[in-house]
Amino acid sequence: MPIALEGVSKVFPNGQIAVRDLTLEIGDGELLVLVGPSGCGKSTVLRLIAGLETPTSGRIVMDGRDMTSVPAHERDLAMVFQSYALYPHKSVADNLGFGLRMRGVERATIDQRVRAVAKALQIERLLPLKPAQLSGGQRQRVALGRAIVREPRAFLLDEPLSNLDPQLRFDTRTELAQLHRRLHATMIHVTHDQEEAMTLGDRIAVMRDGAAEQIAPPLEVYQRPANVFVATFVGSPKMNLFDVTATTGAGGALVLSGSGVFVDAPTRRIESGAPLLLGLRPRDITLVAPGQGDAVAQIDLIEPLGHEAVVHARIEGAGTEITLVAGVDQDLVPSTTIGLRFRREGIHLFRQDDGKRLS
Amino acid sequence: MKPRLLSVAAVLFVGAFAFPVYWTIASSFAPEARLFDVPPLLPTDGTLDHYRALLDPRQFWLPMRNSLIVSAATTALAICLGTPAAYALTRLTFRGRVPLLAGILAVSMLPQISLVPPLYLALRATHLINTYAGLVLPYLSFALPLSIWLLVGYFRQLPPEVEDAALVDGASRVQTLRYIVLPLAWPGIATAAIVTFLYCWNEFIFALSFTLGPERQTAPVAIALLRGRYQVPWGEILAAAVVITIPVVAVVVAFERRIVEGLTAGAMKG
Repeated sequence: MPIALEGVSKVFPNGQIAVRDLTLEIGDGELLVLVGPSGCGKSTVLRLIAGLETPTSGRIVMDGRDMTSVPAHERDLAMVFQSYALYPHKSVADNLGFGLRMRGVERATIDQRVRAVAKALQIERLLPLKPAQLSGGQRQRVALGRAIVREPRAFLLDEPLSNLDPQLRFDTRTELAQLHRRLHATMIHVTHDQEEAMTLGDRIAVMRDGAAEQIAPPLEVYQRPANVFVATFVGSPKMNLFDVTATTGAGGALVLSGSGVFVDAPTRRIESGAPLLLGLRPRDITLVAPGQGDAVAQIDLIEPLGHEAVVHARIEGAGTEITLVAGVDQDLVPSTTIGLRFRREGIHLFRQDDGKRLS
Repeated sequence: MKPRLLSVAAVLFVGAFAFPVYWTIASSFAPEARLFDVPPLLPTDGTLDHYRALLDPRQFWLPMRNSLIVSAATTALAICLGTPAAYALTRLTFRGRVPLLAGILAVSMLPQISLVPPLYLALRATHLINTYAGLVLPYLSFALPLSIWLLVGYFRQLPPEVEDAALVDGASRVQTLRYIVLPLAWPGIATAAIVTFLYCWNEFIFALSFTLGPERQTAPVAIALLRGRYQVPWGEILAAAVVITIPVVAVVVAFERRIVEGLTAGAMKG
């Protein structure tokens, strides 16, 4: 079911603006990930769609119908909560069947569907148990099952993986992606983990202070971040940023210089003298012999990750900090001087005043 | 503090509370002549005379029955009305919610005696003086605020996400209350019911003011009226004190775990 938010704002009674003028469209069967730092309003967006909060202004449209004032229990959506929010006094089977029971589905049908979902999620064994007897991972599966068994018109997932330990989180993430492919259901997934957003989303919406900074497919967000916030939020390790100024160099070519960096401008559409931010992802920097690349730096610290190493260095002269990723075969030690080459296609330019992308 | 010192302190502390109770019980079985012996040690020539006098010529079972009816009815009404009220005050947002909550607290703070004249006039006008309803309704003036406050405190610490889950799952507010909140809040409701019952059981001023004769008097009033013009039947008063304590003790013993759970819930996780 397609869902649309049209100019939705939410101001809490204490004056806190959780969502500001958000317009968002989620296509039928699409998995949209809302991602952003804590407090950016992403969970509030989910609760607005669920009907657990009422927007201060704007409309929420589902399947072409205005649902803004329809109460939560009539929206036919399913939500998975971060805390799982299982009914503590009910058995797993009753937890799974509760939604169907509330909709007046027959006992026999409920049993059958509960059993089918339990089988698919491999939680059949747990059906007679109470939530308190389950492990965190098992509770998460039950919460997921409770959503699936209803066959809702859309799934709302509020940080469903954040309480799992890393290995389990990784496995469940894969399973979620498979589930989405199998069910072809509309899903809205909220997370603060940019990696989760990148791997799961058909599109991702990066949020800050209640507003969407960019809504686009994951690769586009990574390759063409709309502004400095998105650029630094998405991707790990974080994108390097340098203060640079565009100047007309010898022969009329436009060059960018500053912070110890000196490169040809990748585009002509820059005013000379404009203060800019040059962004460069750590993986777009390669190590070369000192004097050969675009900058010379001294290594501060090396963090080996096994298959590669994160290198923190300082550009000589300017003292600007820079992070890059190097192969482990390169024999690096702190305090060595290295040359850095910037991949030209990896250069992002942002205006300094509002942080917007230039090219 | 050293464990031994601690146990000595505990014994002294419990003793300070237990001794008067012991005195009451022991004396209620003592014959008239030895009623004022000090100290009232183990009665060797115990007698049931006071109890017999209390039940037969005095018909003390009548005020006991009245107390039970009035307290039970008040408690039932206070819980039935107070539970949805407390839930609404906890979970729904509506205009005037906070003033309403403060108002309920303020009402329960009024000194009871100040309510007696207006309530008396109201009850007389509605011909409810000396009836069960004439006690139950005034009792609600303190029982309802009391139970609402206890329940609001309990509902507040239930995880709201569980209710959100039920709402998204397709349960209306009322169904959420019925299938999710009530089963979870049961210890809190039991606590509120017990505390309310005990308040009603011990109530004196309303019961004295709004009843006319023994047919509707409650136990505390009956005890106060045991005093004759020329003598005070201490033996029977002590026996009556023991008798009216029995239901209280029974309730507390039966629900001891629930009360402790209800009063301390949320203090610890899990």
